[in-house]
Amino acid sequence: MCRFSQFLWAGVVCLLLAFSGVRGAAADEFSGLESGQFNTIADTVSAMVASGNPQAGAVIDALEKRHLVYSPAGGVFIRAGTTYVDARTGQSVQNIPADLKPVRMNNHVRQVLASATAELELLSPEDAVRLKAATQMYAQHNPAMLPVIHHALEREKNSHVRLKLEQANAATMLAQPVQPGQEATRLAAVKTLGSAGDLEARGLLAVVAASDHETPEVRKAAAKTVSSIDLKQRVWSVLQNAFYGLSYGSVLLLAATGLAITFGVMGVINMAHGELMMIGAYTTWLVQQGIRATVPWLEPVSLLVAIPVAFCVCGLLGILIERGLIRFLYGRPLETLLATWGLSLILQQAIRSIFGPTNIAVITPAWLSGSWMLGSVDITLNRLAIFVFAFLVLGALMLVMRKTSLGLEMRAVTQNRRMAALMGIRTPRVDALAFGLGAGLAGLAGVAVSQIDNVSPNLGQSYIIDSFMVVVFGGVGNLWGTLAAAMTLGMGGKILEPTIGAVSAKIAILVLVILYIQRHPRGMFPVRGRGVES
Amino acid sequence: MNALSPSTTKSFSGTIRMAAVAFAVTIVLAGASLLPEANPLHVSAFVVSLAGKYLAYAILALSVDLVWGFAGILTLGHAAFFALGGYAMGMYLMREIGTRGVYGNPNLPDFMIFLSWKSLPWYWWGSDHFAWAMLLVLIVPGILAGVFGWLAFRSRVSGVYLSIITQALTYALMLAFFQNGLGFGGNNGLTDFKDILGADLHSPLTRAVLLVVTGAVLAGCLLLSRWLVSGRFGYLLVAVRDAENRTRFLGYRPEQAKLLIWVFSAMVAGIGGALYVTQVGIINPSEFAPANSIESVIWVAVGGRGTLSGSVLGAVLVNCGKTLFTAWLPEFWLYGLGLLFLVTTLFLPQGLMGLRHHLVKKQPEEVTPEVSNPEGEGA
Repeated sequence: MCRFSQFLWAGVVCLLLAFSGVRGAAADEFSGLESGQFNTIADTVSAMVASGNPQAGAVIDALEKRHLVYSPAGGVFIRAGTTYVDARTGQSVQNIPADLKPVRMNNHVRQVLASATAELELLSPEDAVRLKAATQMYAQHNPAMLPVIHHALEREKNSHVRLKLEQANAATMLAQPVQPGQEATRLAAVKTLGSAGDLEARGLLAVVAASDHETPEVRKAAAKTVSSIDLKQRVWSVLQNAFYGLSYGSVLLLAATGLAITFGVMGVINMAHGELMMIGAYTTWLVQQGIRATVPWLEPVSLLVAIPVAFCVCGLLGILIERGLIRFLYGRPLETLLATWGLSLILQQAIRSIFGPTNIAVITPAWLSGSWMLGSVDITLNRLAIFVFAFLVLGALMLVMRKTSLGLEMRAVTQNRRMAALMGIRTPRVDALAFGLGAGLAGLAGVAVSQIDNVSPNLGQSYIIDSFMVVVFGGVGNLWGTLAAAMTLGMGGKILEPTIGAVSAKIAILVLVILYIQRHPRGMFPVRGRGVES
Repeated sequence: MNALSPSTTKSFSGTIRMAAVAFAVTIVLAGASLLPEANPLHVSAFVVSLAGKYLAYAILALSVDLVWGFAGILTLGHAAFFALGGYAMGMYLMREIGTRGVYGNPNLPDFMIFLSWKSLPWYWWGSDHFAWAMLLVLIVPGILAGVFGWLAFRSRVSGVYLSIITQALTYALMLAFFQNGLGFGGNNGLTDFKDILGADLHSPLTRAVLLVVTGAVLAGCLLLSRWLVSGRFGYLLVAVRDAENRTRFLGYRPEQAKLLIWVFSAMVAGIGGALYVTQVGIINPSEFAPANSIESVIWVAVGGRGTLSGSVLGAVLVNCGKTLFTAWLPEFWLYGLGLLFLVTTLFLPQGLMGLRHHLVKKQPEEVTPEVSNPEGEGA
């Protein structure tokens, strides 16, 4: 009797418990959040998204921000500042239970939450949001998401998003374990991934190609696609390096044209050229600071203002140097080299004394920051701008050399100084102006360099040897030669870099130029004329 | 032919005097450093190693003067040969450490164990033998100079072009030696030496002996160089310097003369580097820096190019100045060095020796520099 009643009670309790469980699940999809069990919470989140409940977005958002609280007695609320909103209805609540606890999270819940968010986003009315979500799906290729992706694919109209979704579908499909009779779909998926062509796709396809469960056909297709992706990646990386090479070549071009002019006209290798570049960069900084302090609304274009200022500052300094120093050493090119080296030491120390030995921060204006993707090539705007700037400067310089009387005189002096003097050209004036022009060009190079490199008193030193190599390699006094040499050295170094490393590439380039000079002592484009030593 | 005068037999006596002075100074300093510390004439170890450093630099300056002053090759990369000689000596000193290194490996220097090298690279072979190391000091710079000079002079690279590619050469070597993979200690170079030929490098006696050896080597190099540039060969060199094409048309082979003096000079520079390392106790890639080469050119210019003795004087004086300046007014050293370049090139084209010449002889006419550009070369 006694035992029977015990059984009875136990059965009643069991029934009650079972009922209460059924009642809770059936009554409300939110109640899982009140359980305090991680798995239940995660399941609840998934179920909520699948059901399309209008409150799902708000709840998930609150959960992510840890604003979702619950009462063990029942009730889920979203905290908004000091007030609370009922998660079920979205109505604000007055009688808040005292024992509120935040809904708990662990990594599993976070994961589910992330894919739930992605799923919500896949149905978002905004294209950008959907594209981002599709990209995320593609990266995760979580088989559990397949139904979601299919659902989204059915509704997607935007071709960009659709493409990404198809890739996500293919990736997810391939990430699934193999099932019989799927060969055609899997082959299609391999093809789609091949068109995506990125590292993510490559990784997945490599797994497929090595898998024992795939049919030989699929494996073969995957292996082929992997190698084609590899080839494509290599081509892109060569293009990317070519772009870096072009931009470095442009800097070299800017640095070397000035050097080439002084060397071409006067036979002077100006060892202080790098320091004139440095002064150009410091001028840029001073102009920026000055504009910020006086006319802040001009700040975005301060870099444009700095261009003529740096040209004039360095140009005047150049004329001063020529009049005060170089002209006394006329006809002794090697001594000029030493004297300008001495000058470069003094200029370096002067800048160090005035501005301090550390880097200064030259600002890159907003319109020059950021980048632009061309296929897989990251085209940074500041480097692109330097490229354009270098060619504008070169074009302007060619106009000056061909269309102005100063250019004519400079070319005459370059070809045959004595003859030019006999024809009535005032060679000292040409020398001063040529040196000024060369120095001004160094100033322009300084403005450009300030956008991609550290501006410090050592700035000149890091460019001077490369600029010399460009001048010597290209052939003195020939701007086309300077252009060809700058681009060859810039590109050559950067293209060698990925295979043999940055330092070895630099060494290789130096050695190649040294060897080239042995074969062609006057560079790629030697100046021809009666005055030139044969 | 004013420029010829210092380079011919006339100044043989001057060279002997400079060699004797250099040697005597080292003997006196070495002797003084061995006196007990209480003695007022005692010279500290710091001064001894400083003097050794100056004299090693003087050997480098001498080698620069040989090619610049006599053959007209303005080298902006001679420190490369100096540093290569230094590395050859450094390899020997490194092997002498033996099991006393941090890792106690009898065969591999510490830095190689640190980089987990398994065995010595082939070019370290024999570096534990003093005689072989001394041979390396001579032949490594010699071979590099031979190859480089043969290529350059044969294709008539000259003037500023040559200067720039010598600079590129030393720059490329600097970059190479900075790499750990080359097997020369990368950034840190070779250091922590213990002894040389079994003698403790830190003992006063060894230091004194090294100083005297440096003085003797300097004196020997001076006399040997003087012998080499005197007589027919010296005249040929000066002729090449002043009018290369005319010399060629007269039936001489300028490139051979240049190559000979260039290789000899590189070997002298290498010896200087080897002696430098024993007294300074470290050799690292910054010795290859182009600025070092250019500084060595200014020593020669200050002393007087084409005078041999002048280069020794210039190296010692400028380095004394550097030591004093950097101790008193460190931030003004670069101003000082820069001004030295300017003043020397503008006002003292023949350096201190030319100035002395000018004052002592009371020559009525201006001291003219050599006919620098008769053929419009490099202009």
